[in-house]
Amino acid sequence: MGIIRTENLTYIYGEGTPFRHVAVDCVNVDIDEGEIVGIIGHTGSGKSTLIQHFNGLLKPTSGKVFIDGEELFADKSRLKEIRFKVGLVFQYPEHQLFEETVYKDIAFGPKNMGLSDDETDRRVKETAKMVGLGAELLEKSPFELSGGQKRRAAIAGVMAMEPKVLILDEPTAGLDPRGRDRILGMIKEYHAEKGTTVLLVSHSMEDVAKTVSKILVMNDSKVFMYGDRSSVFAKAEQLTEMGLTVPQVTRVFDRLRAMGIGFDDEVFSIDYAKDLVMRLLKEKRGESVD
Amino acid sequence: MGNFIEIKDVTFSYVNDYDDPPTKNTVIRGVSLEISKGEFVAVLGHNGSGKSTLAKMLNAINLPETGEVIVDGMKTSDEARLYDIRKTVGMVFQNPDNQIVATVVEEDVAFALENIGVPPAEIRERVDNALKTVGMYDYREHAPHKLSGGQKQRIAIAGVLAMQPECIVMDEPTAMLDPIGRREIMNTIKQLNAAGVTIVLITHYMDEAAEAGRVIVMDDGRVIADDTPKKVFSKAEMLKAVGLDVPNVTELTHRLIDEGLDLPDDIISEDECVERLYELLKKG
Repeated sequence: MGIIRTENLTYIYGEGTPFRHVAVDCVNVDIDEGEIVGIIGHTGSGKSTLIQHFNGLLKPTSGKVFIDGEELFADKSRLKEIRFKVGLVFQYPEHQLFEETVYKDIAFGPKNMGLSDDETDRRVKETAKMVGLGAELLEKSPFELSGGQKRRAAIAGVMAMEPKVLILDEPTAGLDPRGRDRILGMIKEYHAEKGTTVLLVSHSMEDVAKTVSKILVMNDSKVFMYGDRSSVFAKAEQLTEMGLTVPQVTRVFDRLRAMGIGFDDEVFSIDYAKDLVMRLLKEKRGESVD
Repeated sequence: MGNFIEIKDVTFSYVNDYDDPPTKNTVIRGVSLEISKGEFVAVLGHNGSGKSTLAKMLNAINLPETGEVIVDGMKTSDEARLYDIRKTVGMVFQNPDNQIVATVVEEDVAFALENIGVPPAEIRERVDNALKTVGMYDYREHAPHKLSGGQKQRIAIAGVLAMQPECIVMDEPTAMLDPIGRREIMNTIKQLNAAGVTIVLITHYMDEAAEAGRVIVMDDGRVIADDTPKKVFSKAEMLKAVGLDVPNVTELTHRLIDEGLDLPDDIISEDECVERLYELLKKG
């Protein structure tokens, strides 16, 4: 059984009012420990509502959520404990920085968990380093940092709690290309080093393509599919219909295939695309020699 | 009679009063630009390059420290013309939540019009038109806080549109939107531009900039490139050096050129890329 599992999870906003809206509709997912998963879906598809169930911010209208084998809300006294297992980084997390210093902000979560000062200190230093914030920044006010640094400080605050599952909602929104690459690189590194489960909610198929191994697609409050990268991007047409896009290179090669260039590969990175073109050219030359 | 917008050797600094003595952080270090009526200009630059600060100078939110900004013949430092300047240049910001004030969509779009005393019948017409333009007419009686981010952003754009500005400056309007929301905003932008509205689009998305008529690249408070998208994106190395990127298809063609293939270095659109690769790979 996976680290996150839902059973017929349903959530309805505004039940009993004219604004009633089924935001999550009978969702069954089972995410294995250690996976790095991209969650995609158009605005309003239910992905934010879904992830808010994973650490008990929302209580299902019906259905169940299991974290690490334990049902959320089954025993209220266990709720806090289970919540510590799932760290949630919201959109624009830097808006939630509030402490006097970067150090105190990162330490806030671990302290709340009741960890000793020594352990808190170890974690603050380790995560600050992991997100690329130098020791000289730790005593600064978070408000003196640049946008990208603030974002990384806020993410470090959740990482320092060492959750078994780290969920990030649009962590690269509003960042420039270098800032985006930096955050994504940091998430991959964190995943590789800690082996924790990571869920990455993103609108950017390019980001998803270069970071995750599996993709969960939400559409109209339901799970459209959950599978590995290539199997999801192979459904380019359906994804486009539901308002999503596959990476630009994937589109280019889907079109080339449709125009009669023969290859079976699913292309979702520039490196792969380059190698494929070189290979196809070689094959072409080989054939014309025969 | 000069250009529609003239930026003449402008500098700008933020002053930090918390420090003693107060410290100065100069973010615009001598920028001169001219923007003609009806242009669609994209502005690129990494976070902190000064592009948002510059954008806010176009409708007198920020005033130049030295130099001057002239909008349709009006100096932005001329307080008596502030009202006209802001009517000429409207702004849309990144976060729609910070731009919505009313509890009903159509009231939000009507807010500025009511403030300037437009007659009710005309308000009705302008609000309806603005909402139709952004595709949110069906939601006119909804509560904005119940809408998605993309929908809210379109409401914010409608609010600016209703003022019928000659120029709209958008500061990363799609940063919080999903692909379909982004496409809708880009279509809205192109449609407005085709109707004669001057557009200044600040963005971190290279594919959006590729659709503009002109791309300005900022770094460290200066303009380091100002040309057509094709010319700007062909300088991939320069862009990467300042923390930017090129569209994926440009990156791919540049890598293939490095491998010795004969391809143009200024491919910025998907169609062009498909066409060229097809020629290269087709049989016979």
